[in-house]
Amino acid sequence: MSYLELENLHRSFGSFKALNGINISLGEGEFLSLLGPSGCGKTTALRLVAGFDQPNEGRILVEGRDQTGVPPNRRDMGMVFQAYSLFPNMNARQNVEFGLRIRGKHKGEGRGRVDDLLELVGLTHAVDRYPHQLSGGMQQRVALARALAIEPRVLLLDEPLSALDAKVRVQLREEIRRIQLELGITTLYVTHDQEEALAISDHVAVMYGGVIEQMGTPAEMYTAPATPFVAEFIGTMNRLDSRVVNGEVGEVEHSGLHLHVDAARGRRNGERVLVLIRPESLELEAATNGTAPNSFAGEVLTQTFLGPVTRVKVTGSGTSLIADMSTARAAALPVGASVVAKIPSEGAKLISLPDDGPGLPVLDPDDQ
Amino acid sequence: MKRLRMAPSAYLWLALAAAYFLIPLYATLDFSLRENKVGTPCCTLHNYGWVVHNGDFWHTIKISFLLALETIVISLALFVPTIYWVHLKVPRLRPVIAFLALVPFIVPPIVMVVGLLRTFKWTPHWFYAEPWGFLATAYVILAFPYMFFSLDAGFRSIDVHTLTEASQSLGAKWTTTLFRVILPNIRSAALAASFLTLAIVLGEFTIANLAAFHTFPIFLQYVNESQGFPAGALTLLSFGITWAAMLSLLLVGRKRGTRSAVIAGAR
Repeated sequence: MSYLELENLHRSFGSFKALNGINISLGEGEFLSLLGPSGCGKTTALRLVAGFDQPNEGRILVEGRDQTGVPPNRRDMGMVFQAYSLFPNMNARQNVEFGLRIRGKHKGEGRGRVDDLLELVGLTHAVDRYPHQLSGGMQQRVALARALAIEPRVLLLDEPLSALDAKVRVQLREEIRRIQLELGITTLYVTHDQEEALAISDHVAVMYGGVIEQMGTPAEMYTAPATPFVAEFIGTMNRLDSRVVNGEVGEVEHSGLHLHVDAARGRRNGERVLVLIRPESLELEAATNGTAPNSFAGEVLTQTFLGPVTRVKVTGSGTSLIADMSTARAAALPVGASVVAKIPSEGAKLISLPDDGPGLPVLDPDDQ
Repeated sequence: MKRLRMAPSAYLWLALAAAYFLIPLYATLDFSLRENKVGTPCCTLHNYGWVVHNGDFWHTIKISFLLALETIVISLALFVPTIYWVHLKVPRLRPVIAFLALVPFIVPPIVMVVGLLRTFKWTPHWFYAEPWGFLATAYVILAFPYMFFSLDAGFRSIDVHTLTEASQSLGAKWTTTLFRVILPNIRSAALAASFLTLAIVLGEFTIANLAAFHTFPIFLQYVNESQGFPAGALTLLSFGITWAAMLSLLLVGRKRGTRSAVIAGAR
């Protein structure tokens, strides 16, 4: 049975539809990330669950009970905000204690719980410090402990790491996951950082334009994107807008480039499809005489050093492909070198496109 | 650490500014220590004795202080929740309220008092004829701009939305959020607004005079007109008392170990 359910949620602000009928079903103790670019509706959805806003249509259920009209202070949902939200007039302990004090449970057992939570987030040494005496990461740890102190039915996190620097972000996201697993608390996490979502979630829901494009496990989202948008948003993907030339053998054509793709077998001839190839699936080598099947000849346009791997952009015949290869091997293929990219027929995925539909979605680089 | 050095011209301007404030005070002090007889040597505390033993002094200063306290309490009770609500729910109303807050500056006191007297003419005697009713109401209006702009600055220095939502998500009601979360963080602003209101009420003459109430500024004016030397003593005493009142407000409003009006998230 679902623990948290969002049923057909709609929310509009004037003529702008922030949410256009989203449905989510989450089991007890599961961790779901709402992932998407700015303005996709993920924070709106979270605010509806928290009770800070009301849907125009739809219901929110926790343990089968309708929470839609319940005010936020009676929902028992702990929330960690994007902005630092600690009460400036209270020290770390008093902040964590606040929710228990409201419930009259801050003495005895409650005091022990505050101590346990401060230990859980690794802040026993800073209990008497005021927010202005804590770093950003420490403030968010206190905020997490504060949200957990009330033993919430659902933990809501609204981009809690976005204001932190990269190293602290990685460290804290792992701690959030550790604590979530330790306490077994049902969690809804909003982020625009796909790496963050894939790293810590049981399920990921990618949102775009107020709807959920796809929901699944991180592995499913990465390996089998269901829509062009998800393919673009999750990880880096080579996308070739193609036509099926011969469905029997799985042959597709893109800008004069003929490829054999296993996934295209059985498709109707002339069907418009999007061929998706992950950069790590491509094999690059120096060009030799003769053309191998399922390969693309071009020259190295750019090289981007990413540590253990180097991202190489190859261009030729009006098409560009991105390949990830070991940095040592990439050194042998400098910018301007003629190369051949081998495209594995079994590694490529396929998404059907409308025959005369719109072009592929283009994302703002900041949203990726 | 490098010590900051002030330019010589800065000392000059500082001295001029100090002289501007201190010379009148010194002149008043000198005046207050003289006797109303020609040829008597300086100095005497006789004028201070006259003030301290004057029943009207104590009576009027008590009225003015109680009026100031009443005005502060009513203004804070009215404006803190209102401005909080405006910041939280209807921020587009802020410029409208800011404009309304300027009205007491724009309307001359004489016009305001005539208008108020006509407006409140129908009210019962206990309100219209008592300073605690009519005059306090007028002073709340007079203090509106000082209250609004001080409190507004306080509310703008904190993240009202996030603090409110954080408090609510932890189970707090509106009243709990206001008193335990918001108010402690705008304490400095509320104190500043209270200081200004205190100073205004203790010095307000026009409304009290035209509405025929016997407050401290009326007594001060009367003494000033009839007895020159004691008026100097009275002026200095009222100056000291006002400062003492402000200091006590500051001590009452301050809480050790906390820091108010910290901008959430600003690091």
